[in-house]
Amino acid sequence: MAFSRKDLLGMRDLEVDEIETILDTAESLKEINTRSIKKVPTLRGKTVVHLFYEPSTRTRTSFDIAAKRLSADTYSIATSTSSMVKGETFLDTIKNLEAMRPDVFIIRHSASGTPHRIAQRTTASVINAGDGMHEHPSQALLDMLTIRQHKGRLDGLTVLIVGDIAHSRVARSNIWGLTKMGARILVCGPPTLLPSHIEQFPVRVSLRLEPVIPLADVIMVLRLQKERQGQGLLPSLREYATYYGIDRQKLAQAKPDVLIMHPGPMNRGVEISPEVADGPHSVILDQVNNGVAVRMALLYLLMQRHESAV
Amino acid sequence: MDPQRGMDRIGDLVLRDGVIQDVIWEPQIAEPSAERRVIDVMGKWVVPAWVDMHVHLREPGEEYKETIATGTAAAVAGGFGAVACMPNTKPVNDCAAVTQFIVRRASEEGYCRVYPVAAISKGLRGEELAEFGELREAGAVAVSDDGRPVMNAALMRRALEYAKAFDLLVITHAEDLALSQGGHMHEGFVSTKLGLQGIPAAAEAAMIARDVLLAELTGGRLHVAHVSTEASVWILREAKRRGIPVTCETAPHYFTLTDEAVEGFDTVYKVNPPLRTRRDVEAIKEALADGTIDVIATDHAPHSLLEKETEFQDAANGMIGLESALPLVLNLIREGVADPLTILAKVTCKPMKILGLPFDGLEPGSPANVTVIDPDAEWVVDPERFQSKGRNCPFRGWSVRGRAMMTVVDGVVRYSMA
Repeated sequence: MAFSRKDLLGMRDLEVDEIETILDTAESLKEINTRSIKKVPTLRGKTVVHLFYEPSTRTRTSFDIAAKRLSADTYSIATSTSSMVKGETFLDTIKNLEAMRPDVFIIRHSASGTPHRIAQRTTASVINAGDGMHEHPSQALLDMLTIRQHKGRLDGLTVLIVGDIAHSRVARSNIWGLTKMGARILVCGPPTLLPSHIEQFPVRVSLRLEPVIPLADVIMVLRLQKERQGQGLLPSLREYATYYGIDRQKLAQAKPDVLIMHPGPMNRGVEISPEVADGPHSVILDQVNNGVAVRMALLYLLMQRHESAV
Repeated sequence: MDPQRGMDRIGDLVLRDGVIQDVIWEPQIAEPSAERRVIDVMGKWVVPAWVDMHVHLREPGEEYKETIATGTAAAVAGGFGAVACMPNTKPVNDCAAVTQFIVRRASEEGYCRVYPVAAISKGLRGEELAEFGELREAGAVAVSDDGRPVMNAALMRRALEYAKAFDLLVITHAEDLALSQGGHMHEGFVSTKLGLQGIPAAAEAAMIARDVLLAELTGGRLHVAHVSTEASVWILREAKRRGIPVTCETAPHYFTLTDEAVEGFDTVYKVNPPLRTRRDVEAIKEALADGTIDVIATDHAPHSLLEKETEFQDAANGMIGLESALPLVLNLIREGVADPLTILAKVTCKPMKILGLPFDGLEPGSPANVTVIDPDAEWVVDPERFQSKGRNCPFRGWSVRGRAMMTVVDGVVRYSMA
């Protein structure tokens, strides 16, 4: 099996066969989630620590359910309950937790690169559950799994990512992952929300939505963080919704079998209209469902490496 | 080698009572005697002691990072016989008492000459001018709010005007905070890949353009610290062509490293201005070659592990430089960027001239400030063996060539490798 990593930090450094292994494993584990007793003993005796230094409901719950369905013991540490509020540094927290011999750290942090720094300092496996504006690999993997289920492939598809590309770790991870698997990426957003040197990425850029909507097999709508307006990056949410929000009218120009995706949480009426979010093209809840399977696969594959190393 | 006079010859240097007594261009093998010590440095370079016009000594206030004693010990170990120290100490060097403290402490425990740079504004707040006259009398050689730009253009104008009365150099930390705000590295492809907020090159260049215009308006002497971008260079080149009284410096890391070093999120590479692109590095080298950049300074900025062992976005800016600069500067010569005397001038006579300080080089009769360099000495950079308290050296583990063998400050051997 093509997976021997200690950590899962980002899509940028994953190989094609590793991505395939993760997706195939997730596919095979998905069945467990449909049983009446949704639990297997695979990771019994393993300790998984969730370190969420940034608010998160769905990712944390998804990882937690994934770990528990594999029978791992899980512990959750959030900023407000951690010793960080007493002034302890993040690295000290890690060193102390490390002494308790966990097997996996699942880390969400507002500072880009933090999971990478932690991974260099612990023998436990580290899964990046989203770091700053850098990467969110498990989200990209569940997106890829969802697309593959609906389209039967990734190779040759055109995926349009719409919105705040500059601040989106979801966009970055999907760009790296999907292009490796042979998909074409279009990105579209107002110039103030496109990052520096985006043209050096393996993507095509459009500043307006209308010309690119008909080209897309998949439209990935990103969440617009409302504070971007306060930062002067947007004149108003109203104007954003008018030009970059996906509504029924714009969707009418799309391919009839286009998929609509969103990493959540959604601002209904801003980047996506309610009819589109709940409409026939939407696979948003499939994404959430696949999230558990992908995260089970990640935990399983990382722990399997541990077993074989012993 | 005497870059001031353009001399590059083999000879003997005779030192007596702390003064250069003679330079004998026809070398003779002198016999040691009771009153004469002979040091054979055949094949080595004997040059005026190096001058670093931009360091942070952290005393008073942050002695856990560096002290005047450890910082100047690092200086002489790196071949420097004089340093100018920036005012962002605690308290800020914005009054005569702090300047006097630095001068006194340097004379008591310093290993090299120390020239204090005082603040432009009280508390580095960018609101009111510091008392330049009193600071000058206490020993300050220049003013700068280094670490922070003077955002208020009118205050910068007044600083350049007022400094003329006391013949003080105004050193600008060029950064438009509105453009750089929130940034942790150079804005470009790498920052986007890493998801780190970027600082555009224009944040530096736009401020240089403003300050150059203010120097032209006022006739005040302006010096631009740590130039790092291609755009900065072309603005400065044009300013000099127009005869505006402006000089500038860069630091070894800006002609040695690029923003790609930040991949991996190692905070040792976090510095302000940030490491730029390959193209900027080439532009800096061109500007060193054609004289647009007058000086090489280290911006030696020691930090403790406390400030660096943290998330990238929270880590302090800065890297140490005094003990690793020499081989990197010599690299410019080896790469053919410029000839040895042109490059050596940027670390000896030019900074002294810009600071308005007397410099005699190797002229007989002048104070003996001499550095002996082994240009071929190969060594591996190991910050654990540095004199500086700082370990935030980005060149850890690098194999380099060129090393200071001896540093003589005012006739006293303050560092010797043997």
